Amino acid sequence: MTFLIQQTLIYTIPLMIVALAGVFAERSGIINIALDGMMIFGSFMGALSVHFMQNNNILIDKPQVMFIIAMAIAAIFGALFSLLLSFSAINLKADQTIGGTALNMLAPAATLLIVKIVSMQDRLAMPKPLNFVVFNPDIGNAFKPFFDKMFISTYIVIALFIILSILLYKTKYGLRLRACGEHPQAADSVGINVYKMRYLGTTISGALAGMGGYIYIATTASGTAEGTVAGMGFLALAIMIFGNWKPIGIALGSLLFGLLKCIGATYASLDINGDGVFFLKDLGLPIYFYNIIPYVVVLLILAFASGKSRAPKAEGIPYDKGQR
Amino acid sequence: MSEKMRKDEVAQAVNEEYPYIIEMCNITKEFPGIIANDDITLQLKRGEIHALLGENGAGKSTLMSVLFGLYQPEHGEIRKNGEVVTIKDPNDANALGIGMVHQHFKLVDVFTVLDNIILGVEPNTAGFLRKKQAREKVLRLSDTYGLNVDPDAIVEDITVGMQQRTEILKMLYRDNEILIFDEPTAVLTPQEIDELMSVMRGLASEGKSILFITHKLNEIMAVADRCTVLRKGKYIGTVNIAETTKEELSNMMVGRDVKFVVDKEDAKAGELVLEIEKMCVKGGAGKKDSVHDVSLSVREGEIVCIAGIDGNGQTEFVHALTGLTKVESGAIRLLGEDITNKSIRYRNTHGMSHIPEDRHKHGLVLDYSLEQNMVLQRYFEPTFQKNGFIRFDAVRDYANDLIDRFDVRSGQGAVTTSRSMSGGNQQKAIVAREMDRSHKLLVAVQPTRGLDVGAIEYIHKQIVNSRDNGTAVLLVSLELEEVMSLSDRILVMYEGEIVGELNPKTVTVQELGLYMAGAKRQQRGEVTE
Repeated sequence: MTFLIQQTLIYTIPLMIVALAGVFAERSGIINIALDGMMIFGSFMGALSVHFMQNNNILIDKPQVMFIIAMAIAAIFGALFSLLLSFSAINLKADQTIGGTALNMLAPAATLLIVKIVSMQDRLAMPKPLNFVVFNPDIGNAFKPFFDKMFISTYIVIALFIILSILLYKTKYGLRLRACGEHPQAADSVGINVYKMRYLGTTISGALAGMGGYIYIATTASGTAEGTVAGMGFLALAIMIFGNWKPIGIALGSLLFGLLKCIGATYASLDINGDGVFFLKDLGLPIYFYNIIPYVVVLLILAFASGKSRAPKAEGIPYDKGQR
Repeated sequence: MSEKMRKDEVAQAVNEEYPYIIEMCNITKEFPGIIANDDITLQLKRGEIHALLGENGAGKSTLMSVLFGLYQPEHGEIRKNGEVVTIKDPNDANALGIGMVHQHFKLVDVFTVLDNIILGVEPNTAGFLRKKQAREKVLRLSDTYGLNVDPDAIVEDITVGMQQRTEILKMLYRDNEILIFDEPTAVLTPQEIDELMSVMRGLASEGKSILFITHKLNEIMAVADRCTVLRKGKYIGTVNIAETTKEELSNMMVGRDVKFVVDKEDAKAGELVLEIEKMCVKGGAGKKDSVHDVSLSVREGEIVCIAGIDGNGQTEFVHALTGLTKVESGAIRLLGEDITNKSIRYRNTHGMSHIPEDRHKHGLVLDYSLEQNMVLQRYFEPTFQKNGFIRFDAVRDYANDLIDRFDVRSGQGAVTTSRSMSGGNQQKAIVAREMDRSHKLLVAVQPTRGLDVGAIEYIHKQIVNSRDNGTAVLLVSLELEEVMSLSDRILVMYEGEIVGELNPKTVTVQELGLYMAGAKRQQRGEVTE
């Protein structure tokens, strides 16, 4: 059980935060198809900072602090990278899907180029093991599954997720941001600066995506940067649509996908009630079946749910102050 | 502090004696080639309902844009309580207490009424919304002014009338004193219009000053205290409603002299070509039908004109007739055949030609060449294709022939990109294409919109020629002159219904204006000769 929760969260956490990143951009009116690119770029900058710290023996005995710093750096560079999208979409009024696609092509290419320069290899592996897992055996048994061998990023993401959801729904900034994604002319007519709100939404989006990217490679790939996040950014987009651009839906979608993905990866050793019967393995289905399930389920749910889902009305349409 | 307060009190006392809360004096605003506002003066008294009347293009919107700082006038000044003010953008106007209910509401569909009202001026503590006090203020205001709204309803679920009341509350919540209503009744049902009228009276009696932009005379007579009339960018006059009549206002709005410029003989109406029976077209969600219960017929050799003020269902009617949108109920018969549910191509190949209202959207593919546009509806005919391949030589010959006959002028002839042509020649190209195709019915919508005098004359001549050759012509026009000079019969459309059938030889422009403004209507079947 503990194992199942942990494995589920490993996929759920980055998906959740990156899908929320998508929400902030799209609710402000900017289609962010570049989530994947922002994850790749952020994850690489996070990896580079850890690489630097380990080589120079900085914070080597405080792995949690190192992890937090790396996440912050990933977030900062994710935000900077997203400015390319904001500038093209808001100032130049370019097509946002094309702009985003360009970023998705730029991010892995630029990353791999720098990786080659830094490490003379196709991947930037860490000099030392990351040691980011929090190990806390003294906690009470009832809560053990939620605290044992967890990453600190899990708690940070859940806290951020709650704080940002409150920001979106309970503050004037959230109200204004959402207005800009639905009816920017209405927002403008009551004195809200649409351009500013859209920059804000996209920048938050870039920061969250960059952070999510580093969390993903730190928790699944020992922090090795290879210029890819295995399409997690696109998956997060799908989860965002599945969640109908709402935080609660996104949280549920990420949990569902994480669970299915975890079953797919570990079905052979999965013993749910500890009685020594490996139910899923005994079914004798091929491994591919379990690997495919999460994607098929997401596809099916999207196909059936997308009829009811409702994108922000003004997303993708460049706002022109002159047109009233 | 106390000195400042005394100053304020003095200023307020002075202000209350000054009758005009806002004045626009001698405003002149020019655009390249056109004077949109020519020396216009508009004075709004405190606590009055002041109507601003004029046809489309009379300069009402420009004047309001000047008031909201969207345009800076070349001459003239704006005064509030007698003091000159500068308004550089809409925020300046808001700060002066000027608010507007736009013709197209500026509401976020998925927000609640309350969220829409507070958007931009949210009461908050450290950024966190304090909706409770906002809700109290909204409820208090809606109580005072008799505006019945549910602050927690989602905007897309409520009626248009309630959406409009939400817009009014938005202004009141911001403590605006000068309320501008831009064609507020265009989207309302008759009952909602009555409600709005009483709300406006209530607002005025509570000391708000209202500017009411409209071209509906009945409403002005019902609710306004004074009325300022504009025509073609010029100031015609300001009258007290108590001392005037609908006819006088109509005169002022339309102008007396209408020129009959088209030479044409009497119509020789032949056989029935188009017959429409009880056509209804749905409006948007929660709105009334945009076309309601329209029945009409057009015979060969006559020009039937649908007159009316913009936005009374003409566009939707034509879209339904030509197949661009679906008919909700009713039947369309062309040459006796029911085409109600037939495709656009079927209609085109079975005798219907269509000169669309928006030549850029529905008339031409702007980035295609002229010759490609000329064969848009015929490329599939054997003359122009063989086994799916276009016969370019045949297309070129045909296009050159049309260009010659209809005098379509362009930079590089048949291969000119349509986008680069002038509006008049684009329109001529469409006219050429539609006239040359074999057709029994010509649907021409605003065929001369935005054209210069020469092109207008040419297109009018083509339409009359087409009629004389036995075509049935259904003309939809907003231009009174065009209606009077071209048509053999006039049908007036008002709020999606045909409200009158008139004879252009006997009817006066003034009377036509009364029908168009909804001030008069006939019962079905009654014809005024």
